[in-house]
Amino acid sequence: MTALDQTVPIAGAAQRSHSRAWRKFRANKGALAGLGIILFFALLAIAAPALPIVDPNATDWAAVRQPPSPAHWLGTDEIGRDLLSRMIWGTRASLMAGAFSVAIAVLAGVPFGLVAGYFGGWADMVISRITEAFLAMPFLITAIALAAFLGPSLTNAMIAIGFSAMPIFVRLTRGQVLAVKTEDYVEGARAIGLRHSRILLRYILPNVFAPILVQATLTVATAIIAEASLSFLGLGQQPPAPSWGAMLNVAKNFMSQAPWMAWWPGAAIFLVVMGFNLLGDGLRDALDPRES
Amino acid sequence: MYAFIAKRLLVAVPTLLIISIFVFSLQKLLPGDPILAMAGEERDPQVLEYLREKYRLNDPVAYQYVAWLGSALQGDLGISLRTNQPVLHLIAQKLPPTIQLAVMSMVFAILVGVPMGILAATRKNTVFDYVASIVALSGLSIPNFWLGIMLILLVSVQLGWLPASGYESIFVDPVKSIKTMLMPSFVLGTGLAATLMRHTRSAMIGVLTSDYIRTARAKGLPERAVVLEHSFRNALLPIITLGALLFGELLAGAVLTEQIFTIPGFGKLIVDAVFNRDYAVVQGVVLCTAVGFILMNLIADILYVLLNPRMRAAL
Repeated sequence: MTALDQTVPIAGAAQRSHSRAWRKFRANKGALAGLGIILFFALLAIAAPALPIVDPNATDWAAVRQPPSPAHWLGTDEIGRDLLSRMIWGTRASLMAGAFSVAIAVLAGVPFGLVAGYFGGWADMVISRITEAFLAMPFLITAIALAAFLGPSLTNAMIAIGFSAMPIFVRLTRGQVLAVKTEDYVEGARAIGLRHSRILLRYILPNVFAPILVQATLTVATAIIAEASLSFLGLGQQPPAPSWGAMLNVAKNFMSQAPWMAWWPGAAIFLVVMGFNLLGDGLRDALDPRES
Repeated sequence: MYAFIAKRLLVAVPTLLIISIFVFSLQKLLPGDPILAMAGEERDPQVLEYLREKYRLNDPVAYQYVAWLGSALQGDLGISLRTNQPVLHLIAQKLPPTIQLAVMSMVFAILVGVPMGILAATRKNTVFDYVASIVALSGLSIPNFWLGIMLILLVSVQLGWLPASGYESIFVDPVKSIKTMLMPSFVLGTGLAATLMRHTRSAMIGVLTSDYIRTARAKGLPERAVVLEHSFRNALLPIITLGALLFGELLAGAVLTEQIFTIPGFGKLIVDAVFNRDYAVVQGVVLCTAVGFILMNLIADILYVLLNPRMRAAL
């Protein structure tokens, strides 16, 4: 039997495993609810410019700290800005921060993990020691320190969060590669003289992808809370641009006069993070062969 | 055992060295000339040159690092620009409120998370299990700074039951101290309780389905003994490891909790230092946090070995 003949049953098995995962995912109501929440907020973020809402930065001194009403569904803030509009535009900052930070962490972390796990030796030792060192620093404290030294802005907050989350992906990928690299198909690819880069990208990466996807989904939740935390501390999105964390930072000064200013941003962060956690848990259950 | 501890300490050395390089490099990320940032309004070239010499900025970077590390190893983490006090002294001063907050939060998390995890595992796939899992997921998803704000609104502003902010040393007035720390520890402990609950549940489910538990049940042992004496003891091992990992989360969470409840602790120190551009303090806090985290991991490893007879035998 040639290598080509063998690809047919392997492809068939992969397809069966994908459809089994998809079936399990569809049967998981929590995961579907999570996906629904994420899609809702993602649509809001995308459609924000087209929605018939007022400018999120437009102030109205005649409507300062107004409670929710037909004119302002979620009320207004301390300088009369419409909270619904700021909430919708704030969705962009939160989702963008979540997505970009995790993209940075994955794009930087996975290659290091692949190299450490696949080549072993000195490369593994150096990468693993550096990863362990960064894992020894609490995520948010590293992000705060980095954001402080880089300067406060949403971009720097995303870089800080992405960098702080990177070691998790290095360690995860390395561990997965160590488990996969002794498989027959990798040995076979090596035996027929394929280049290391091709083996890594074509044979190893697709087989370590599932746990990385699960971790990435769960890390988006952590990154959204981290961005909100940095913005809450004044190290993320800068005023007057709307962001849920920054809105909460202002709201804490008006707790007795305008409590609604604090209700919405926190509830939105909670919902989105819950959505990503539900989706991550659902993906893990669907993609983990032990769960079948 | 001593050999094991010595080996673990040796392994921690390169980790600490790498952390020290990162912490030292942080100041190199500062945009522009750090001396200009440090000098503020002062622009006299002689003063600027004096500061450059004082902080060894005219020396090669590698030399600057070695000098900085040498001082750090002797406990000299620099001087706070704002208070003019040694950084280590400042950190030591701010630690007690944070330690109290961390201990109370951990106690709350253990008292809530572990029993909930055990009950959810023994009642797997029942309404209790589902409700406990949803509560735990909510605890993980709720931003603790929002929970803090909402609690202040309800408990302090509306009901007037507990103070919204402040700190009193437990050695001066224990009752007042615990009262002021109740809400902050609940806020900080919620996420930890959720994590502990999920891990305890999953560890207990793993143990409850093992052969020796089936044997214990077959021998006719009461369910209480099966769960608490046979299962929980074995499920405790991964939970202890998790406890050490949660230490990092506790410190990170303390940053926001202390900010909301105006507790003059370690977390508030780093935030104030960030806004006062007191970079030596920021570096000192990051370094001390990492050292603390490594120590906690070491303690967890030792406890793991002490509690696990198979590991003890292997030593």
